[in-house]
Amino acid sequence: MTGPAQWGASGIFVAYGKTVALADVSLSAPAGQVTAVVGGDGAGKTTLLRCLAGALAPDRGSVRRPPKERAGYLPASSGIYPDLTVTENLDFRATGYGMSRADARERAAAYLDRAGLAAAADRLAGQLSGGMRQKLAVIAAMLHQPELLVLDEPTTGVDPVSRSGLWWLIAHAAAQGCAVVLATTYLDDAERAASVLVLDAGIALASGTGEQIVAAMPGALREETARPADTTRAWRRGGRWRVWDPAGDAASVRPDLQDAVTVAALAAAAGQR
Amino acid sequence: MIVKEFRQVRRDRRTLAMMIVLPVLLLVVLGYAASFDVKTITVAASGPQAAIVSRQLKAPFDITVTAPGQGRAWAQNQLRDGKVEMAVVTGGSKPEVLIDGSQLFAARAALAALAALAHNGGGLPVTPNVTVLYNPGLTTSDIMIPGLCGVVLVFVGTIITSLGVVRERQSGTLEQLAVMPLRPADVFLGKIVPYFLVATVDLAIVLGVGIAIFGVPFRGSPAVFALGALLFLFVTLGFGVLISSVSQNQGQAIQLAMMTLLPQILLSGLIFPLTSIAAGVRWIAYFLPLTYFNQIARGVMLRAEPIGPLWQSFVFLGLLGVLVVTGATLRFRGYLAPAGREHGGPGGNKAVAHPQGASA
Repeated sequence: MTGPAQWGASGIFVAYGKTVALADVSLSAPAGQVTAVVGGDGAGKTTLLRCLAGALAPDRGSVRRPPKERAGYLPASSGIYPDLTVTENLDFRATGYGMSRADARERAAAYLDRAGLAAAADRLAGQLSGGMRQKLAVIAAMLHQPELLVLDEPTTGVDPVSRSGLWWLIAHAAAQGCAVVLATTYLDDAERAASVLVLDAGIALASGTGEQIVAAMPGALREETARPADTTRAWRRGGRWRVWDPAGDAASVRPDLQDAVTVAALAAAAGQR
Repeated sequence: MIVKEFRQVRRDRRTLAMMIVLPVLLLVVLGYAASFDVKTITVAASGPQAAIVSRQLKAPFDITVTAPGQGRAWAQNQLRDGKVEMAVVTGGSKPEVLIDGSQLFAARAALAALAALAHNGGGLPVTPNVTVLYNPGLTTSDIMIPGLCGVVLVFVGTIITSLGVVRERQSGTLEQLAVMPLRPADVFLGKIVPYFLVATVDLAIVLGVGIAIFGVPFRGSPAVFALGALLFLFVTLGFGVLISSVSQNQGQAIQLAMMTLLPQILLSGLIFPLTSIAAGVRWIAYFLPLTYFNQIARGVMLRAEPIGPLWQSFVFLGLLGVLVVTGATLRFRGYLAPAGREHGGPGGNKAVAHPQGASA
């Protein structure tokens, strides 16, 4: 008996000219779960998601994804036509994926209603706010109920209320058995995911559940109220400073995912020096 | 501000090229092309005195064919089929000179040369009856409007199509199309069919206005004209997609589209007669689709030219179409089938498929 479908990538390598965007990165995206890819600018998140979605062929490695008909993709640019209305955008997407008009209209109406976009159904997408447009883009990507849903930074630049609406849509897709992979720069988004892949400069720094990544963090953290003299291993959290001691074993503060990801990036940078 | 502007211009190679190379290129090309002077007028002579006429007619007339056994109908067919610009029919009480009015500048030059030869000697011994065919009033609009139909098609086919495709690319929706279960051919056709239909409507409007308001005749077969327009549109739409595939944004697409439009207007014979353009520049005309459409449109509309004598124009237009559309399709596939490279398929240019503004 085979288990639930597990999409993902194994050892993929992508270079743009001499710039390595991804170096042997692997990712598993189990069905019914949200997998987050986190990292800063230039980490390789978009490249990895484009490979998963089939928009880009990696130089090496393999990608496991369902046929195009059963995959959904939200590119970083949203993929929405600004000069079509909300309904027209969804109609076009439904037709492209071979959905019946009745099914598409019924499902779209339910999603739009839940996302608070029902009243904007006849508005041009270009006239929507950033958050509304992102919600529309996510609805368009999941309208055909894909098995793999790839979302490139769906919550970037979106207000907290709209983020909540977006997360309802994402969680709904996962609850229906879809494997959701999303890229984000927000670690609180990553904390909502079942598993996380941390990328930095095209290299996978850590992967696993949030707890696993935190547990695997090397060294210890301490918290200081004043700015430390040496800030190479320190960062500000709220009004205080966190300082990472790679050799330390007595932590004065319990790290969270944000701390663990920052430490992973610092450790990788220290290894390169 | 000035330094910033220079830095930006220096990095925009295409604009830099347009600013420096284009003026020089235009000056050289226009210098050789911009000529209404007709130095040679090709002539056919028919009837029993055809040989005598061929000896008597001096420059600028150039007798290219004599047919003593033929009459007026043959001579007129020579004009209709665009083989010569003037014909002399002998055998009557007076020779009859037929001039092709659809070759406006050649016709005017022929009338002026006949008058000059009659005055100075060196012409026909007997003052001939002169008939201007196909455009008796030597009206400019009659010869311009058939060609302008082609310019309208270039505008819609090349400029608007290139903008439509590059807009998809710029907004990132082309990448969305690439991952949807659509074949590249579906997307290609879906993109160009609306422009094809709009261009067809535009063509009908321009033709209607030309005929109704400017009184331009339509003497030939609408089917032959439609076939020529169809082939021409095929080429211009292909140019549009090709341009969009090498343009990063709409500004670049317009720049390139204008660079294809300008030589077509100047060198296709639409304004300056092809025979007046210096041979060093004239060869460019034979790579321009408007050259062939212009020949078809003028031939069919003004001279009722059948498809037979126009075969070369149709063949060259068809070859250009195959060349351009194949190139455009291959480039387009590169955007829409990047995953194909995994399986050794065509296209899949990773670098060009990278969307603008997307961070890795």
